[in-house]
Amino acid sequence: MDTDQLIRSLAADNAHRAPRVGAVLIMALLVAAPLSILIFATFLGVRADVMSAMRNPFFDTKFAVTLSLAIPAIIVSLHLSRPEALLRGWGWLLLLPVGLLAVAIGSEAMMAPAMPMTMRLMGKNSRVCLVAIPAMSLPLLAGALFGLRHGAPSRPALAGALAGLVSAGLAATLYASHCTDDSPLFVATWYTLATALVTAIGAAVGSKVLRY
Amino acid sequence: MRGREDEWTGLMRSAMAGDDAAYHRLLKAVTPVLRAAARRGLARAGQPPDQAEDIVQEILLAVHLKRHTWDSEAPFAPWLFAIGRNKLIDVLRRRGRRVFVNIDDFAETLPGETPQETASAGEVAVQLGTLPQRQRDVLQSIAVEAASIKDTAAKLSMSEGAVRVALHRGLAALTAKLRDH
Repeated sequence: MDTDQLIRSLAADNAHRAPRVGAVLIMALLVAAPLSILIFATFLGVRADVMSAMRNPFFDTKFAVTLSLAIPAIIVSLHLSRPEALLRGWGWLLLLPVGLLAVAIGSEAMMAPAMPMTMRLMGKNSRVCLVAIPAMSLPLLAGALFGLRHGAPSRPALAGALAGLVSAGLAATLYASHCTDDSPLFVATWYTLATALVTAIGAAVGSKVLRY
Repeated sequence: MRGREDEWTGLMRSAMAGDDAAYHRLLKAVTPVLRAAARRGLARAGQPPDQAEDIVQEILLAVHLKRHTWDSEAPFAPWLFAIGRNKLIDVLRRRGRRVFVNIDDFAETLPGETPQETASAGEVAVQLGTLPQRQRDVLQSIAVEAASIKDTAAKLSMSEGAVRVALHRGLAALTAKLRDH
């Protein structure tokens, strides 16, 4: 087929309209979410003392941190789904949860905490955290990658890493309601490790499946 | 150069609003520029220029299937050239080349460059042969025989809707095969 002929067939297909990447991404995440919630409901569940925990600002801070990861990651991943887009000027959005955590760690240190630092950092649930967040992330990661496949990212591994951040942020939001460790030191250590693992998986898979 | 790129942006806006003729004109207008850039990129990588047409066709297919990622408020050329660079890098990588694509290969066209004749490309033709019969028949009719969707539907005893679906699926499948082969 010569190029003029190819162009003719492309022009004939101009009536075909594809949905926006954002719409496909959100739909895919909504389809994947029940699977993650099922894992949560089956193996974890909301912690028993949730009503009193809600009076603890560090319990609430966990959700602020995880959502300040998930939502900016969605925004940046959609930005990067355009071929000419650069991370420059957008990457700072991903530092929001880091900044929040730093402020929370500082406030906890000034409040004369009940437990010594190492105990707060190690907590009681570190192993559950490292398994649960990645496990609940996997359905969401598949959804995020499916959604971003509709885009045209110039750097597929980077876009895949962002899909990992999106899914880890959402999974960590679920996990935060189960976990009884509320210290920002615990979150900064174990949530971060779990997120890093999911992000690495996202980057590895993304480098294969997000090429267009 | 500015004027040309503004014209492309205008044509793409019309195309997205449903003007098939504007879309055809746009694709015809960008092809010689893409071809020149592909040749430059191949030369830089020490590759023979005869693969340039394959790269041009892959770029055109990607432009077509990803045009919903173009922001109609943004200029068209940077979006187009970004796809061009990505496809050139892909093709060179597939051939096992260390890739040093110069950003400017796509960003600028030397003035006075003579447009090359349109040439036949091997890869698309090869992959076309592996498509399902229906999609191949529709593509053959519309691309090679220059039949309209209506005439193609009548000739193949299909509905126009079915022809449109087969055409789009055929183009998408072709792109996937070129990417993964």
